[in-house]
Amino acid sequence: MKIKKSLFDRVFSGVNGLLLLIIMFICVYPMIHILAASLSEASAIASHRGLLFWPKGFSLDSYGLVFENPYILSGYGNTILYVVAGTLLNLVLTTMAAYALSRHQNRVRQAVMLGITFTMYFSGGLIPTYMLINNLGIANTRWVMLLPGAVSAYNLIIMRTYFAGVPAALEESAKIDGANDFTVLARIFVPLAKPVIAVMTLFYGVGHWNAWFNASLYIQNRDLLPLQVILREILIQNSTQNMTTSVEGFDKMMVAETVKYATIIVATLPILALYPFLQKYFVKGVMVGSIKG
Amino acid sequence: MTSASLPQGRSKAKAPLAVRLKNDLYKNGCLYLMLAPTVFFFLLFHYYPMFGAQIAFKDFSPGLGIFDSPWVGFKHFASFFGSRHFQRVVRNTILINLKDLIFGFPAPILLALMINEVNNRFFKKSAQTISYLPHFVSQVVMCGLLFEFSSLTGLFNSIRELFGLTAVPILQNPAWFQGIYVASGIWQGAGWGSIVYLSALTSIDQEQYESAVIDGAGRFRQIWYITLPNLIPTIMIMLILRIGQMMNIGVEKVMLLYNPLTYETADVISTFVYRKGILEASYSFSSAVGLFNSAINFALLVTVNFISKKTTETSLW
Repeated sequence: MKIKKSLFDRVFSGVNGLLLLIIMFICVYPMIHILAASLSEASAIASHRGLLFWPKGFSLDSYGLVFENPYILSGYGNTILYVVAGTLLNLVLTTMAAYALSRHQNRVRQAVMLGITFTMYFSGGLIPTYMLINNLGIANTRWVMLLPGAVSAYNLIIMRTYFAGVPAALEESAKIDGANDFTVLARIFVPLAKPVIAVMTLFYGVGHWNAWFNASLYIQNRDLLPLQVILREILIQNSTQNMTTSVEGFDKMMVAETVKYATIIVATLPILALYPFLQKYFVKGVMVGSIKG
Repeated sequence: MTSASLPQGRSKAKAPLAVRLKNDLYKNGCLYLMLAPTVFFFLLFHYYPMFGAQIAFKDFSPGLGIFDSPWVGFKHFASFFGSRHFQRVVRNTILINLKDLIFGFPAPILLALMINEVNNRFFKKSAQTISYLPHFVSQVVMCGLLFEFSSLTGLFNSIRELFGLTAVPILQNPAWFQGIYVASGIWQGAGWGSIVYLSALTSIDQEQYESAVIDGAGRFRQIWYITLPNLIPTIMIMLILRIGQMMNIGVEKVMLLYNPLTYETADVISTFVYRKGILEASYSFSSAVGLFNSAINFALLVTVNFISKKTTETSLW
């Protein structure tokens, strides 16, 4: 049965589509602007006003200056290390705990679950945590980027919900064959939970990639700083001086601007390039997470 | 038969806790082993700081440590309530949250409804992909973008000039800070936030729409009488979570965006705690401020959840 669309419906669709197009434009435009500006000549961009879709002139000088900054490179290296090592630690701990909490309910495990959930809603606060981390002696080491966020209560609950849906029969038959819980987890549950593990990898990974606050609190050694802290210095605190020493006077100010644009692109492109491939997992993850635990 | 087997079953259930625990440890030892690092983590990084928050009621001195520093009761709370900053940070925290609740909370719902109304598959998919994108721009970079676009020669001022207005330093203006904070949050989060609503929308029975169409319901009526009612449980859960955060504003984004010129409208409880505690090292005072904040948040969440449970039967626990 085909129902003829009324005029109103067609106008509705048209307006809706147009509004969505505008929203989409607002979402992507900033990155297009920055990309175009970063590839432009510094002097052309300094006098430019308004929207920008295409580079004005063409120059890769700003990218050269970005990669000459040793801290951008070391920051990149550190960030990759924190993302990889941190996410691995997150996954191992979260998977094991989620499995343990999803099997054979008893009072002890219920209490643990309650205790973990409670931390989502109440915390001791910034200062007691700050004092603890300084006392532990992990401040100003790489550990401070890995340990304090080792398990996220939210992610743990998502994963536990997922594991709780796996039929107990699978586990029991393996146990009869003499497998212990570690084997059951590694051989049966982990392969079954691939989609949720992919989601966790992405949630944790993006978290590590974006993290800067803890680093700025606890790390003084510049060689250990992650990329985001270096970005903050360049973009927010305006310290492009050491990147533009080779340039003089007014030019310096203009170059400083394009260097910022190039820095933004260098820091964002990897994630944006990966994004189309990751998108389906993210969406799945939010759906898994929206199941009430 | 039943009367004979009943006491037996009961005595089994009532074996002493220690015995049952021992049996369980023996039977499920691996589970405890798997759980141990995570339990240790939560005890150390979450519960120990809660315990350490007692310095809010003490005069902390580094020489004496957390436990031996002298108790002073509510001295630090009183001095916070009496300070000239109290009004400012509490007002800003609530105002920013209110603005975000009014504009930021409905944004993903609206977006989800709009995307849901698109019939063309490709356009729908593109709208989703592109609107999720800003979520993956890191907070530092997002604020960097704001700085670039807000500069005197930046994009926002070019738009102002287009309308005959003069260029002004945008991020230095206290009147605009909260608007910028909320708007940039919508830019970054609305698309991502819409996923949860879109996934709820996919589970709506399509027959409801078909019969509505036969009854002659137009698009707005379908949205109003079918789509929205189906979204209510999801909206309620998100609303409870959101209102439970009404006294909470993360330190990170405000720290990136504010400066002493905009403290008047930008300084919130968490940034105040940061400056007092980390920069000025008044540990006890700032712990008191932080604890005050945590306690109010927790009370809010419990209250909202309770009300929601009574009225809509939707609840977090």
